[in-house]
Amino acid sequence: MECQNKLSENMVNQKEAPVFAPAKRLEEVYDVAVVGAGHAGCEAALAAARMGMETIMFTVSVDSIALMPCNPNIGGSSKGHLVREIDALGGEMGKNIDKTFIQSKMLNRSKGPAVHSLRAQADKQEYTRQMRFVLENTDHLTIRQAEVSELVVEDGVLRGVKTYSGALYRCQAAVLCTGTYLKARCIYGEVSNATGPNGLQAANHLTDCLKALGIEMFRFKTGTPARVDRRSIDFSKMAEQFGDERVVPFSFSTDPDSVQKEQVSCWLTYTNEETHQIIRENLDRSPLFSGAIEGTGPRYCPSIEDKVVKFADKDRHQIFVEPEGLYTNEMYLAGMSSSLPEDVQYAMYRTLPGLEHVKIVRNAYAIEYDCINPRQLNPTLEFKKIRGLFSGGQFNGSSGYEEAAAQGLIAGINAALYIKKKEPLILDRSQAYIGVLIDDLVTKENHEPYRMMTSRSEYRLLLRQDNADLRLSEIGYQAGLVSEERIGYVRWKIKEIEKEIKRLENTKIGGNEQVQQFLRDHQSTELKNGASLAELIKRPELDYELVCCLDPGRPKLPEDVREQVNINLKYEGYIRRQRQQVMQFKKLEEKRLDPSFDYSKVSGLRKEAVQKLNLYKPMSIGQAGRISGVSPADISVLLVYLKQ
Amino acid sequence: MYHDTIAAVGTAMSHSGIGIVRISGEDAVTVADRIFRFKKKKLSLSQVETHTIHYGYIMEEGKMIDEVLVSVMKGPHSYTAEDVVEINCHGGVLVMKRILELVLKNGARTAEAGEFTKRAFLNGRIDLSQAEAVIDLINSKNDFAMKSAAGQLSGRLSEKIRQLREQILHEIAAIEAALDDPEHITLEGYKEALAGKLDSMLLDMNLLISNAENGRMLSEGIKTVILGKPNAGKSSLLNLLLGEDRAIVTEIAGTTRDTLEEQILLDGIGLKLIDTAGIRETEDVVEKIGVTKAVGQAEDADLILYVVDSSVNLDDSDRQIIEMIKERRGIVLMNKSDLEGVLDSRLLCKLTDKRVISFSAKEGFGLSELKDAIKDMFMNQELSFNDEWCLTNLRHKQAMGEALESLKLVKQSVEDGMPEDFFSIDLMNAYEKLGLIVGEAVEDDLVEEIFSHFCMGK
Repeated sequence: MECQNKLSENMVNQKEAPVFAPAKRLEEVYDVAVVGAGHAGCEAALAAARMGMETIMFTVSVDSIALMPCNPNIGGSSKGHLVREIDALGGEMGKNIDKTFIQSKMLNRSKGPAVHSLRAQADKQEYTRQMRFVLENTDHLTIRQAEVSELVVEDGVLRGVKTYSGALYRCQAAVLCTGTYLKARCIYGEVSNATGPNGLQAANHLTDCLKALGIEMFRFKTGTPARVDRRSIDFSKMAEQFGDERVVPFSFSTDPDSVQKEQVSCWLTYTNEETHQIIRENLDRSPLFSGAIEGTGPRYCPSIEDKVVKFADKDRHQIFVEPEGLYTNEMYLAGMSSSLPEDVQYAMYRTLPGLEHVKIVRNAYAIEYDCINPRQLNPTLEFKKIRGLFSGGQFNGSSGYEEAAAQGLIAGINAALYIKKKEPLILDRSQAYIGVLIDDLVTKENHEPYRMMTSRSEYRLLLRQDNADLRLSEIGYQAGLVSEERIGYVRWKIKEIEKEIKRLENTKIGGNEQVQQFLRDHQSTELKNGASLAELIKRPELDYELVCCLDPGRPKLPEDVREQVNINLKYEGYIRRQRQQVMQFKKLEEKRLDPSFDYSKVSGLRKEAVQKLNLYKPMSIGQAGRISGVSPADISVLLVYLKQ
Repeated sequence: MYHDTIAAVGTAMSHSGIGIVRISGEDAVTVADRIFRFKKKKLSLSQVETHTIHYGYIMEEGKMIDEVLVSVMKGPHSYTAEDVVEINCHGGVLVMKRILELVLKNGARTAEAGEFTKRAFLNGRIDLSQAEAVIDLINSKNDFAMKSAAGQLSGRLSEKIRQLREQILHEIAAIEAALDDPEHITLEGYKEALAGKLDSMLLDMNLLISNAENGRMLSEGIKTVILGKPNAGKSSLLNLLLGEDRAIVTEIAGTTRDTLEEQILLDGIGLKLIDTAGIRETEDVVEKIGVTKAVGQAEDADLILYVVDSSVNLDDSDRQIIEMIKERRGIVLMNKSDLEGVLDSRLLCKLTDKRVISFSAKEGFGLSELKDAIKDMFMNQELSFNDEWCLTNLRHKQAMGEALESLKLVKQSVEDGMPEDFFSIDLMNAYEKLGLIVGEAVEDDLVEEIFSHFCMGK
């Protein structure tokens, strides 16, 4: 491989002191090198360092650590789940947003507990500062401002990384978290800048090395709306959006009382026919439609011009106006990302009620960047073909801070486990949204930035944001990222929940007058015979807290235990059925496949299936079944074949 | 492809006109060549065209074993998609055994049960549901069962099931889309609309299941349980219907201690007749087991023939039986009507709400009236069904039943006012279960189960 050859040449050169190469190059040795300091890079570097690995994290700008170049919030539908899972595993994102949020909301409260989701507005500057502070004060972690331009790979094993300046960092594992920086290009109208987000320097050299190593690259794009001056907005024409009265923290280790503070508001306004008219008239000037942008954009996070085209029958779209921080007047126009020319941006934003005189601080733009086809990764996030090389975040074709952080964490953990020669950490689809995210990325054909969504998780009633600690703390503890104190509490909590549920199932109450009166008061059917408290809690109109007055023997339990007791009892039937689905799922997941197996040996498989299976080399029959192009009939052939 | 060559007798191992020894695999032709001699031509089987039949002899050490026809079918256009040779020989058990042994001696190995079909499946010639239909076809006991198994092969039924699946998927998609994009996709009024759609799907599925019940009766026979007190004449009735002394008839009450099962064809309707121990309070341990069995049999009977001894008065045991058959399809036979009777048929009719027939198993009268009654019941209205819509396979029926239960749970959730995201769990279950029928979903145990039902030689 070209890249490899060049590097080994360099190493020879060092010994023989060649004429044209500098006599001395900087050379250092680490365990893990993390390339990039965005949300994925931060989690990867922290995880590796906390697991005792000497870790170096590279960034093109130390001032941009954990930068939020797009929306000013963390969490949201299904992304909130990811943050809580990251936290339960011992990651940093949840703790950091708890320190830096300026508004917080639990979304979807009117729906079932599976889709409740936390979202917080962040003070962007503060978020960056706090994360940087944590990183700078983590043992075994070195931060280095430099552009990594080459990977040192020998015989399919990663040996180090090189920076553009020529320095060599020998290491046993590397985690690539280059985000949107690889050959990045920012575009609006006819303007095109070869920079990363926010005008930051792009990383222009690594792609060539990756290609030389035989890695298949994609080109994706995403976009961001304009930031506008708060003083130019007439808020009286918008609907004020408040935070929750009682804030729920993201992190399971944050004391809920510590996050009750004054919050700022967001504002809601709408586009209208006039807005859409302006957009339609100028579509030909949009680089998206004119063909100037070649990258594929996210269907689920569309630009306003995409929305106007896709939902042609909608006469308006919601636009949330959100503060970017406490010490700035910049406001973010959520729902209105665009790559239209700046004159059109002005014209369209000014059609919105409240934005008639708006002043733009930063233009909306689309950004194009190189990323990989994630099919080349194992579910450990290690490259199938290069041992010791891991990757996470937008580099893997995802979108969103939370998706990035989740992958960064898993890649960082697995890089450390790889060096320690321990079993890798793979979460499956029944364990975590993170499992769904990674399985989707490495298994399903992905031609656009992948966004986490509730519907992607088939076992979501079991994967609630409220029980992420119960699901994952033990795994984080095994990896060495969860403290003794924390795991002690979780273990106690699990026991208390079981104990309380048993007690409620065994506490029978008769149909005395007090009980009947209570039931009448809550529009609930009166009791004919006795019932257990558990049975009453299951009634749609009642819950654990309500039946308190019929339950004199109730022990004093913390809020999080009470919540679990209530959910587990109320939705017991659904939870049980979902568990059965998981059992079926696990059966096929546990049927392991040999990654070196040649599927063309199985003549009953259809041609397309053979091709796909040989391309993906799935780890299990279950994973094989999720590859597009592999049908249930192919799976039954595989099952019979393997039993031969 | 699987490199070894397998062989088995493909027809029943019993004395019959002809028998077939089937060979499949890479060496099928070579193996056959070693033991086959053409009548006239000096040829070898490896030289003949595929899909041709040849007349000649099976030879062992120069001695002729049998005069045979040999068909040569080269893969992939054969049953297993491998090279297949079938030796049509005379149907004697010894002949077939001898030829098979000869084939095995010359390079083939004995096929496991179902292995030919398994190879066809592994070689991609048939899919799982087709393999399953092959078993049903082999196991068909009568015309109807055969017809429906063949119908299954061509997939008329699967069209209906695919359609149901599509409908369910549509609902799942609507709910999920609204969860992901609440701004643009609303679920306003969705619950009411869903409730209506569920009703219509439940109706379809109920029809499929009751069709399946009727289909089972047609293919396996109507499960007819004979109930009555000891010595009421149940076994005599069975013998009368069978036309032979199958059950032991004595004057001693309680002679039938176990249940007896017989198949009869009553003017074209198949009956699976089950004689039971007389129902009475008893201290005899063995008899007690018999009584319990009788009660169990009655519980899933399609038809109950309640035999009453008209020469004695009704007692507690009769009242127990009458209670048991209350909601069931049944006919009351007033037996021993040749003797002096003490029972009134109108009273019995009122008590049981069933048709009452005066009968004498001993003299044989009332038999034609009984036959007519059964025919009325099952031929005219009650067994009417749409044969294109009939699930005949037990596994399919179970899956359909489970899908039905899941949709009922969705309906319950709608009625309980649960948020929409809860519906997906049971909708998904129904979707998967229906998928198991048409082979669009896979469960691990299923595959093994299907091939375990095969017999040798298929």
